[in-house]
Amino acid sequence: MHYIPNILFTIALAAGIGYFTINIRKIIRNIKLGHEVDASDNTAQRWSNVVRIALGQSKMVVRPIPGLLHIFVYVGFVIINIEVLEIIIDGIFGTHRVLFSILPTGLYNFLIASFEILAFLVLVGVILFWTRRNVQKLKRFWANEMKGWPKNDGNYILYFEMVLMALFLTMNAADLSLQSLGAAHYVEAGWFPISQFIAPLFNGLSEGTLIIIERGAWWLHILGILVFLNYLYFSKHLHIILAFPNVYFGKVVPKGKFKNLDSVTNEVKMMMDPNVDPFAAPAEGATEAPAKFGASDVMDLSRIQLLNAYTCTECGRCTSECPANITGKKLSPRKIMMDTRDRLEEIGENINKNGEFKPDGKQLLDDYITREELWACTTCNACVEACPVSIDPLSIIMDMRQYLVMEQSAAPTELNVSMTNIENNGAPWPYNQMDRLNWKDEN
Amino acid sequence: MAEYMAQGKKPEVLFWVGCAGSFDDRAKKITKAFVRLLNKANIDFAVLGTEESCTGDPAKRAGNEFLFQMQAMTNIEVLNGYEIKKIVTACPHCFNTIKNEYPSLGGNYEIMHHTQFLKSLMEEGRLKVEGGKFKGKRITFHDPCYLGRANGEYEAPRELLKKLEVELVEMKRCKSRGLCCGAGGAQMFKEPEAGNKDINVERTEEALETAPKIIAAACPFCNTMMTDGVKAKHAEDDVQVLDVAEMIANAEDL
Repeated sequence: MHYIPNILFTIALAAGIGYFTINIRKIIRNIKLGHEVDASDNTAQRWSNVVRIALGQSKMVVRPIPGLLHIFVYVGFVIINIEVLEIIIDGIFGTHRVLFSILPTGLYNFLIASFEILAFLVLVGVILFWTRRNVQKLKRFWANEMKGWPKNDGNYILYFEMVLMALFLTMNAADLSLQSLGAAHYVEAGWFPISQFIAPLFNGLSEGTLIIIERGAWWLHILGILVFLNYLYFSKHLHIILAFPNVYFGKVVPKGKFKNLDSVTNEVKMMMDPNVDPFAAPAEGATEAPAKFGASDVMDLSRIQLLNAYTCTECGRCTSECPANITGKKLSPRKIMMDTRDRLEEIGENINKNGEFKPDGKQLLDDYITREELWACTTCNACVEACPVSIDPLSIIMDMRQYLVMEQSAAPTELNVSMTNIENNGAPWPYNQMDRLNWKDEN
Repeated sequence: MAEYMAQGKKPEVLFWVGCAGSFDDRAKKITKAFVRLLNKANIDFAVLGTEESCTGDPAKRAGNEFLFQMQAMTNIEVLNGYEIKKIVTACPHCFNTIKNEYPSLGGNYEIMHHTQFLKSLMEEGRLKVEGGKFKGKRITFHDPCYLGRANGEYEAPRELLKKLEVELVEMKRCKSRGLCCGAGGAQMFKEPEAGNKDINVERTEEALETAPKIIAAACPFCNTMMTDGVKAKHAEDDVQVLDVAEMIANAEDL
């Protein structure tokens, strides 16, 4: 009987981590539906980006208020995990505040005190985040793509964090009260700079009641963490893990450098080489179908682009800087990322059900992202610059434009005209190439 | 350039004029102003003239990789044929394409945007840039996306403006957060999608908020978009849109 809590705890922990692992493996499988990209270059630059942008939050603080609040929540999240480690050891072995018996008293007290202060700052941060969304109604949280589930999802995450922090502080407050009552098992350990102000609320409660409060908060807190961990996969909140690899794999060349399509290079070289025999039979064994140009569905995108989609936390900084979106066009870079993820998840579900992907008559183009959105982009890179975790919505827009133009010849008419001009007279306008130097003699 | 080659000479730098600079009436003025500066600084330069062709930037951004690479490879053959090493251009789109997208197709050159080139001439003491008629004038600078965000160059044009001793006022969205003029990504050559405003009007409104005498630009397409924006706001009598090179040339009545 004595061991029942330990056994229940271990089962809950294993189930929580186990289910999360299953879902993470699904994410990895889905990302691998994209084509491979070589990211072995610029290793030093990549690590420096991880340190500056991901660990150092350098892009978050471009907007100081949410940046600072996010640092509270981020540092709190990382540091308070040390406390979770203690909770897990206590839970499995039935100990209480096990680190106190291992670490020097001063250090332990310092740690507990900093957890408390961070928990309080997280609570403040999260409450202010909630007000920004729901009271202040910042425009970027009320865009079209944020209706329904994405809006609720964002709020659920904030509620989760509020409840977890409140439970953590309640647990400490009850512990402190028990410590001062001299209850057995509750050694005097830790400084409680925040929960000492909550503890007086428990004055007059019996030891039994306090133990129920302390244990209740302890259990709800750790179970809450496990539920939250598993909620990640179903939410937009995976950035707390994926931001780090995503920043590592982010663009390390100038933003203006768009990738070269090697399959096209080969064909153009052949066209321009006078020695190529246009009627030559394909080389022996060359059975593979010619590469598809551009992207019409998520499988045509790269693994980095798909990782981008899972990493996006829908903060909307990209969309709020997008010139097309600002002036009322349908394009929203955030929606491009959300659509990519939704379509990828749909394909993942299809694979879960059928064992392999059975064509469902849908694709990313038209069923999720419309042509009107794609053609509204000015390729100005504002969205790429704005993203705090190095997501590149522009690269997906460009890949889809390539599909439209090179596979479907479906560019807007005016663009076709100017492309014909480029082809015929080397300029987007219908001027004669022989007139290129006329400016020299004009006044 | 062909004449140089025939005489067995090599210019110090090739001036890549670009389509706008060659054909657009407004942009031709920028071309000519820049040439006046090159001459003033005694730069031995050449142009490709009728052998120059579109870099392929609008084709690539529109998604036509075929057309882009055909243009790029043709241009690279011409440039390599003349053994060109150093290029300067007054168009950030040409600059970006030649700098970033030509190397993987066999075109490796040292390329500078004209504001970078003028800055280096100034630093070497080959060109003197002074206030002249712009001294103390209130001026705002619009960052071209393909010079700024795309290639991280925010300072060269600003340093030139500082040398002109103008009163430089920044717009709310500037440098890495600068708002696009609306022309990039081949938008210059098509009608915008439906929305509630044109991008160039939004940007011009922001520029006019700084109450400038001049909106300085460093890209022929930005120049067109901002000029149209100023007209749309009926401010053309009070506010001019000028390229940084034009300002330097005009400062001395070149």
